[in-house]
Amino acid sequence: MSAKTMTADAPVQFYDLDEHPHPEGHSTMLGFWIYLMSDCLIFAILFACYAVLGGSYAAGPAPKDLFDLKLIALNTAMLLFSSITYGFAVLQMQQGEVKGVQIWLAITGLFGLAFLGIELYEFHHLIEIGATPQRSAFLSSFFTLVGTHGLHVTFGIVWLVTLMFQLSKHGLIAANKRRVMCLSMFWHFLDVVWIGVFTFVYLMGVLR
Amino acid sequence: MSADPHNHTADGHHEIEMPHATMRDYVIGFVLSVILTAIPFWLVMTMPLSAGATGAIIMGFAVVQIVVHMVFFLHMTPKAEGGWSLTSLIFTVIVVVIMLAGSLWVMHHLNTNMMPMPHEPTSQTAGQVL
Repeated sequence: MSAKTMTADAPVQFYDLDEHPHPEGHSTMLGFWIYLMSDCLIFAILFACYAVLGGSYAAGPAPKDLFDLKLIALNTAMLLFSSITYGFAVLQMQQGEVKGVQIWLAITGLFGLAFLGIELYEFHHLIEIGATPQRSAFLSSFFTLVGTHGLHVTFGIVWLVTLMFQLSKHGLIAANKRRVMCLSMFWHFLDVVWIGVFTFVYLMGVLR
Repeated sequence: MSADPHNHTADGHHEIEMPHATMRDYVIGFVLSVILTAIPFWLVMTMPLSAGATGAIIMGFAVVQIVVHMVFFLHMTPKAEGGWSLTSLIFTVIVVVIMLAGSLWVMHHLNTNMMPMPHEPTSQTAGQVL
């Protein structure tokens, strides 16, 4: 395109009829980013629900009675550690070390599992003391928002394990590098959502 | 965060452009995140300030930390994907802001206008009871 439109004597061309090479996966990263943006909208809607319903306790327990901030701090640390260990996996990939990528992916997965374990422990505790999703609008929106994030982490771990098998089978081929980068975006994106969760749901909840 | 110099592989295929991550980026991002997470937790757990001030500060910290994650972990730059990543991000942020602000505004008015009648003795305090 550029060569034709640059010459002064040729008519100005606003559209382009030539074929362009579309190498496999050349738009995957942008497409995945746009998917993440749509996921962002899902979370935004759930945050809006929580913002509207979060004060309706129906004479039931309030955040202050339920949330254990030490547990949430530990949970946040798990997710933050998993973010930097995923970063180390990406750095190993750039150096072409399959083994290194797999080791750091495995460590990331363990941190992710620790996060999920703590979250399930918290949910179990809440349900045991009667703070079930049916109890009040606050608890319904709380479980929906935090549970959706937890489900995302769960599927992230499923993807991570799948990717480790793909890496051991095919090594660091272009497709696998692309997958590592996409999961990297997914994983860091979940950490970004968690910043909103721990600030808005837990910390603000205890302040309220 | 410069372009990957190994974009052209030996087999002649043009590899897709990926953001080049560096150890420096991840370490800076991680250290900033730890600080930006620890301070809000400390503020809420020990409460050295009033609730209002604490709330404003932790919300501010969350916004800063989200930007830190975007820049250092997600390698977001104005030039990524020819600017389309940033464009779609800005679009999403605008939609999210309209939706959050609009929902809260509308629902606040609905709540205000549909307050329970004062002759019901229990309903007035129902919202505040633990």
